[in-house]
Amino acid sequence: MRVSFFVTCLGDRFFAEAAADAVRLLRSLDVDVDFPRNQTCCGQPAWNAGHVPQAREMAAHTAAVFADADYLVLPSGSCTAMLRRTYPRLLESPAVADRSYELAEFLVDVLGVTELGRGLEGRRLAYHHGCHALRELGVAEQPMRLLESAGADVVPWEMDQECCGFGGLFSVKNPEVSVAMADRKLDTLPHVETVVSADGGCLLQLEGRARRRRMRLRFRSLASVLWEARRGNE
Amino acid sequence: MSSHDYRARARRIIEETPEVREAVTAATRTFVDHRRDAYADLDEIALSGWAEQVKSHVLTHLGDYLEEAEARLVERGAHVHWAETASDVHQIFERIVREHGVQKVVKAKSMLSEEVALNPFLESLGVEVFETDLGEYIIQLLGEPPSHIVGPSIHKSLDDTRVIFHERLGTPRDASPERLAQAARGLLRDQFITADLGVSGGNFLVAETGSIALIENEGNIRLSTSVPRIHVAVVGIEKVLPRWADLSTFLQVTAKSATGQPVGCFVSIIPGPGGSPAGEPDGPEELHVVLVDAGRTRLLADPKVWEALRCVRCGACLNICPVYRQTGGHAYGYVYSGPIGAVVAPGLVGLEETLPLPFASSDCGACADVCPVRIPIPELLHVWRQRAVERGLSSSEERSVLSLWASFATRARLFGWAENVAGLVPQWVIRRLPMLRDWSSGREAPPADGRTFRELWDKGIK
Repeated sequence: MRVSFFVTCLGDRFFAEAAADAVRLLRSLDVDVDFPRNQTCCGQPAWNAGHVPQAREMAAHTAAVFADADYLVLPSGSCTAMLRRTYPRLLESPAVADRSYELAEFLVDVLGVTELGRGLEGRRLAYHHGCHALRELGVAEQPMRLLESAGADVVPWEMDQECCGFGGLFSVKNPEVSVAMADRKLDTLPHVETVVSADGGCLLQLEGRARRRRMRLRFRSLASVLWEARRGNE
Repeated sequence: MSSHDYRARARRIIEETPEVREAVTAATRTFVDHRRDAYADLDEIALSGWAEQVKSHVLTHLGDYLEEAEARLVERGAHVHWAETASDVHQIFERIVREHGVQKVVKAKSMLSEEVALNPFLESLGVEVFETDLGEYIIQLLGEPPSHIVGPSIHKSLDDTRVIFHERLGTPRDASPERLAQAARGLLRDQFITADLGVSGGNFLVAETGSIALIENEGNIRLSTSVPRIHVAVVGIEKVLPRWADLSTFLQVTAKSATGQPVGCFVSIIPGPGGSPAGEPDGPEELHVVLVDAGRTRLLADPKVWEALRCVRCGACLNICPVYRQTGGHAYGYVYSGPIGAVVAPGLVGLEETLPLPFASSDCGACADVCPVRIPIPELLHVWRQRAVERGLSSSEERSVLSLWASFATRARLFGWAENVAGLVPQWVIRRLPMLRDWSSGREAPPADGRTFRELWDKGIK
């Protein structure tokens, strides 16, 4: 099977190692991964802020870059939702929309993989559901299955489905409310050392706030944790 | 209060009155939990789908149903008034007040009366006005507007109420909630008996029968609408339901969505004045129904946002909203706050007047899941955002940043180059850049000095 990897702009700049882990994980499952070099940003920041022409330009660019892809896999629920749910409203031929998958979603729903290994035996972690993965893609169960089948103890978190406060430009247009939202997430965390999420935006937000508050917490991309599940805790 | 100051007011609430955030979060979470329980054994999708269809049907045949409602109301002996604007509402009240020499008004909770600023107007006529909903009474004492559609004093703690009751009603500083309620009850009973006129809103107006339905928990609406000589119901024109048979389900979904109650503790159906041709023995001598437009027909004529008029004002979208929970309603500077407020405010008042409300959302989508009439709130928010940009109302800074971003993002080599450059910019510079400055005020900037994925890919990922 051949997959085109869409690293996303946040993934490329801020989560390069996690993105590489996603590639390692896919390859270990006998997936042939390619990386179209001309990919950039899906256009979501412009779309969310109401700048439709700019969003459309970026959508058209992305659709052209991935025109030949059988599947697009993204280490992000939010960007996947942009491709799947918004591109059909922006483009005349949004063929990429139906071929795009968030990583965990792709593993479970397309590859049919529900057990990656036992590399997370005894690990306690909290999982933050990104809003767009959860509500626009309906992806919630897939990452949990992969984490739990690898032995992870995903600790119940009453606010695991509440927004972290990132929201793209919202985070800089309304920084006080945005930070208060992050605080609510952090203040309700169960006793864990690691917080995992599939979305770079949420991780930047939660980790940025936790570091400012000097909290002893580790934030990790789902891709890296899933790769660890697969290869074992070396 | 203006919506333009949303950010400043939100900041002040968060920083200076942190107890507001705690009170609002605790109360809304309780509402959400109760709502979930209330729907546990029901087919929520079927119910909301049905309610959506009924409401959309009414809205697309609104003129017909309003005329039907008017005819039935008149048959029952009610006076029907049509008010296009807030000042029309004021004039109607002025006539009634002057004609009957009204000196004291008791009011049942009505968001529409807030919308048209009825209390200050009545007071300007020398009329004494008493809010009789306990929460509404508390904020009337404090001189504050409601901060929630259903729970107007949601932002207040028990202790806040103790303080204001101690100062104004002389209750002990540590009075129990029961004692506080008793004090309000004692005071308000006298007002019910001595008031000349009772004002209410209307949750629903059934066209088929001309009945107004009101949901409440305290009994104050029943008293306000039945004890004084005159009852004036102020009803938004979008509140019509076609048939009597539609009412019971709407009463239930509204209560369940609002507070998780099976139905309100009291439901009052106003069939007409006492001794009316319909043979109603009890009730006020006169019933006036003021049907208010106040921007609603304009919103209805808007093909992209008219669906917002399906709203039954249950407040479920406020309760679930993580943005609303940080501040309560006062930050929004408009009578309807939270997600639905940000959608109807630009429609009723004007987009320019109510910016940045459509942007006061992290786009999380939680509101769409709980709306009992399936208003696609996130999509409607986006329509207003789009229009704000099209009308040149977004900041020039934002426009140039996003245009620059788009021009880089459609040129891959330039984009890759920019990413590398971004990695070379020292943190102290990043912290000073506009927009990023707002990020860094409460959060650490992410380290960008490592390799990009592109570089890792080129080296070969093993």
